[in-house]
Amino acid sequence: MGRGGATSFLQDLQNSDCIVIQGSNMAECHPVGFQWVMEAKARGARVIHIDPRFTRTSAVADQHVPLRAGSDIAFLGGIVNYILSNDKYFREYVVAYTNAPTILREDFVDVDDLDGVFSGYDPETGVYDTSTWSYAGQEDTPSAGERDRDAGAISSSGESETSQGERAGGHELGGHGAKLPHARVQRDETLQHPQSVFQVLKRHYARYTPEMVEQVCGVSPEDFLKVCEAVTANSGRQRTTAWVYSVGWTHHSVGAQYIRGAAIIQLLLGNMGRPGGGILALRGHASIQGSTDIPTLFNLLPGYLPMPKVGEHDDLPSYLDTVRSEQQKGFWAEAESYTVSLLKAYWGDAATPENDFAFHYLPKLTGDHGTYQTVMDMMEDKVEGYFVLGQNPAVGSAHGKLQRLGMSHLKWLVVRDLNMIETATFWKDGPEIATGELRTEDIDTEVFFFPAASHVEKDGTFTQTQRMLQWHHKAVEPPGDCQSELQFFFTLGRKIRERLAGSTLERDRPILDLTWDYCVDEHGAPSAADVLREINGFHLTGDKAGQPLSSYTEMKSDGSTSGGCWIYTGVYADGVNQSARRKPGREQSWVAPEWGWAWPANRRTLYNRAAADPDGKPWSERKAYVWWDADKALWTGHDVPDFIADRDPSYRPAEGTTGVAGIAGDDPFIMQSDGKAWLFAPEGLLDGPLPAHYEPAESPVRNPFYRQQANPTRQVFPRSDNLQNPSPPEPNAEVFPYLFTTYRLTEHHTAGGMSRWLPYLSELQPEFFCEVSPQLARERGLEDRGWATIVTARTAIEARVMVTERVTPLTINGKPFHQIGLPYHWGVGSSALVSGDSANDLFGVTLDPNVHIQESKVASCDIRPGRRPTGPALLAYVEEYRRRAAITVRTGNTQRTPLPGQPPDETGSRSTATPLTEPTEER
Amino acid sequence: MPSLSGPLEDPAADAGWESPPPRKGFFTDTSVCIGCKACEVACKEWNGVPEDGLNMLGSSYDNTGALGASTWRHVAFIEQPRKAAPPASAPVALGMPTFQRPGAAMDPDSRTDFRWLMSSDVCKHCTHAACLDVCPTGSLFRTEFGTVVVQDDICNGCGYCVPACPYGVIDRRIGEQGQKNVGIAQKCTLCYDRLGAGMTPACAQACPTESIQFGDLDELRERAAIRLASLQSQGLTEARLYGENPDDGVGGAGAMFLLLDEPEVYGLPPDPVVVTKDLPQLWKTAALAAGGLLAGAVAAFLGGRT
Repeated sequence: MGRGGATSFLQDLQNSDCIVIQGSNMAECHPVGFQWVMEAKARGARVIHIDPRFTRTSAVADQHVPLRAGSDIAFLGGIVNYILSNDKYFREYVVAYTNAPTILREDFVDVDDLDGVFSGYDPETGVYDTSTWSYAGQEDTPSAGERDRDAGAISSSGESETSQGERAGGHELGGHGAKLPHARVQRDETLQHPQSVFQVLKRHYARYTPEMVEQVCGVSPEDFLKVCEAVTANSGRQRTTAWVYSVGWTHHSVGAQYIRGAAIIQLLLGNMGRPGGGILALRGHASIQGSTDIPTLFNLLPGYLPMPKVGEHDDLPSYLDTVRSEQQKGFWAEAESYTVSLLKAYWGDAATPENDFAFHYLPKLTGDHGTYQTVMDMMEDKVEGYFVLGQNPAVGSAHGKLQRLGMSHLKWLVVRDLNMIETATFWKDGPEIATGELRTEDIDTEVFFFPAASHVEKDGTFTQTQRMLQWHHKAVEPPGDCQSELQFFFTLGRKIRERLAGSTLERDRPILDLTWDYCVDEHGAPSAADVLREINGFHLTGDKAGQPLSSYTEMKSDGSTSGGCWIYTGVYADGVNQSARRKPGREQSWVAPEWGWAWPANRRTLYNRAAADPDGKPWSERKAYVWWDADKALWTGHDVPDFIADRDPSYRPAEGTTGVAGIAGDDPFIMQSDGKAWLFAPEGLLDGPLPAHYEPAESPVRNPFYRQQANPTRQVFPRSDNLQNPSPPEPNAEVFPYLFTTYRLTEHHTAGGMSRWLPYLSELQPEFFCEVSPQLARERGLEDRGWATIVTARTAIEARVMVTERVTPLTINGKPFHQIGLPYHWGVGSSALVSGDSANDLFGVTLDPNVHIQESKVASCDIRPGRRPTGPALLAYVEEYRRRAAITVRTGNTQRTPLPGQPPDETGSRSTATPLTEPTEER
Repeated sequence: MPSLSGPLEDPAADAGWESPPPRKGFFTDTSVCIGCKACEVACKEWNGVPEDGLNMLGSSYDNTGALGASTWRHVAFIEQPRKAAPPASAPVALGMPTFQRPGAAMDPDSRTDFRWLMSSDVCKHCTHAACLDVCPTGSLFRTEFGTVVVQDDICNGCGYCVPACPYGVIDRRIGEQGQKNVGIAQKCTLCYDRLGAGMTPACAQACPTESIQFGDLDELRERAAIRLASLQSQGLTEARLYGENPDDGVGGAGAMFLLLDEPEVYGLPPDPVVVTKDLPQLWKTAALAAGGLLAGAVAAFLGGRT
């Protein structure tokens, strides 16, 4: 809906009448935030947990609904169908605030008529031309899809440049509302027009019946309808329902569409922007929200500005044309001010109007440089060095073996961590040393380990789940050689600039011209507060020169302001570090606006204009939050209004008015190019304008909706070192008859770097285990507390067996279906207190096309009693499985599912590009 | 001499403290416990209790096992199956002795779904603490807050307290000589040092869902009663309080619990009794017997004279 963050805040959950937690194990992974779910429950809210496993979240929920991993879109689509076919939607909200009345082009064709793909699919490239998805009356401007198509060519990595370019752009669109050519849309407020979004939506989800949900998800119609009734009964004027998700939804090859599914439900029920409503994206760990706001992602600049692409964005105007259209509505129309202020923050006086504010200094993307593509590039010796900070890819990333093998090709590797994690020691004690695939003496990678300062040993901010920045003060000096990341990079930058000093080469200007001067303390550590001030931005000229900006609305496109991340502007308003505010909750309202600082503009709930009706009155007294004060002619309420403060609800812009002035008084979705929330996404997504059910990339279950089995645009890497298990209709899928899912336990932290070295946490969950149902244990002869070996086409791992009724066998297509649970905290190494095989070693690499996120919450496998073979025998064991399943490089890596009887090669697909190494597995 | 059993207004005053502060305690509401074990970790961190074994017990998510010298908070995890389908034909009673799993007797209709119960156990800080009563060195003492604390520099490791505790809480630390407090009896102090500084005990401070509540015992008892009534009105008829009754075998506990099932389900004794309860009677009987023997001996002696 136009911004990259949770729409509400954790404390607001206490106002919910119903909370649906799906794709999240909130009690275990976010125990502190979960107190607000318990508070809501104490106030009478219904708590529903939809998850393959019965977890500590389910234990305190009113209803637990076990479903098959990877089937959530079918479940959500079923709810949409229930809402629409029973007229349970919030009609006034839907008509006024969403694009339900908007008319689509006549030539849009839905998945049911094209055997599982939307109109515009190119089976040669696996990429959509999205032009037929757009609104009627906008055909005059080419879509992004058409633009990118012009430069198609096959690269050596086996992926076409077209799709690489397309994909490189994907995540920018997850960050903000996609642009429209213009905001003049055709609407039918009766919702009856056959090409209206509402009617298209209704047709699209008509097949998602309770019976279909049962067949796909393994959820009984009774349990399913109980959920439908709860969420619809707890939505409307008087009541609100909140939806909570985490990485259980994002780590899928259709992950972005899972979240879209929840967005559609929450919009139809009128829950967005209202207290106790919204969609809470729970972030996996400290400051992960911050790491996308000021991104560690290759395709984003701070504040969700896209990274420019080579060839396409060689100058500032062409870049800005991609970010926004001058004809559209909303705050993204001001993207030039945000971009120029960012360039001024980067390059100071060297950024001038004459040189496009040094836009040419910015690096430009040449393709996908995501983490998995980078690992593939390592395998081909295209990558010389690698910085690993605050992560442990040898354990935490999908396909651990590929991660470790990739790193063995590097010239140098820098690991900065609190402990000697497996990523730093794979060259001497990794699993590949044991199998003989790597020999320590053959690895030329020079590994540098730098001890890192922990959060109590440095100043700085965390930006957590609810977009809130909280300042933390240094409590103690870092011990020994430990340093903060800030000090490390500041020092590294200084050293590089010293090396380059005096250079006359144009290519060195971007580094030499960087503003790189911060106050340092006696240890040489730069001031984190200085950095936050720079991020906030300043007036550079005029009588306010040198003063901090108070809001991003003060940013200018003429170079008279700077600011390192426009959405963070205001965090240093009035020269005060607003993120360090800690006024206790009991001394302020329940919204607690004076605790920390939330972007944007300290708004705690996004789009809160929607908490009032089109006339500006609260939908109900019970759910009053932000409203129009007609006497003062201002928006007011419990939160900072997420709207133009003095815009009258009755304001209607004149025809052709654009930008912020184009936002009507009843356009709550101020970041959207038409001011409305998008039930149907005419732009911005690469894999469809509506969520459609696709099976996981690896699944033993055939997609019952259409021929297409898995996401036809999923990013595949058909390589001999990335083999996939077969899925129907491919033969031999029964060799891997079960699904497994991975997850975290409260007792550990992600890949273990912050827990497996601590005795108090390690003793609480000392060993890697697998959770299986008693029925599966009987079927495979598994003994509680014994050992099991779990196998995929990549490898086999061993785990202690936990037989538990918390794992429920499901009935899929009339037959019992089993799932296996695997926590992923352990890794093979010699430095941690506790170690074990890594669950992520089981996964191959298949990505969501929009955001390059790996599918690591579901894959197929086999499970056998006993420990796995060791040494080279392990390789032979896995090889035997591959042989039985007749796995080739093509298996599972063909995007478009072939017609029956047609060999996959003839359907055409990007995967037909020659693999780099011929598989040894083919026989 | 302090009393050894029965209701007692104020154990601190009974132990000789002059105008002590209100008695402090815990109320652990297991109905909102999410099993995060933050209490276990916070306790160990604050009190410097060592790690005691990197072993997977496989008892659901419980790898701690039980309270002991190096475990002062212990979260139990109990997986309760769904209601079994009724048998096709009623079983015939053969009059054989039977054994039921704890909790199996509860009304099955009140539970239609799988349950995963979690409960954080701790020292009960009994009104009549057997560990303290049997301690020969005076290492165990009653604090001004009414809690029971071991002074590890006085304890000589005799171990009398270990079998005396009706809950199996206190234990002597096992480990290599030279490590902290090996051989010494150890248990929860209710963070005596924090209480002295006006702070909340570490476990209660860390608990994210207010499952562990700390405060004046009188107030906690009221809170517990209200919470129980609320749960029972919601149909959780098996919910009950544990350790709140001053008439029980330990004179009521300083750490009480709201349980969702029978105490045995959580590994708690259903009817704990302070072992020293019968001590006065024992002494009386012994004195009587001694007196009788003495009288007999005297009588025999005197009788022999005649």
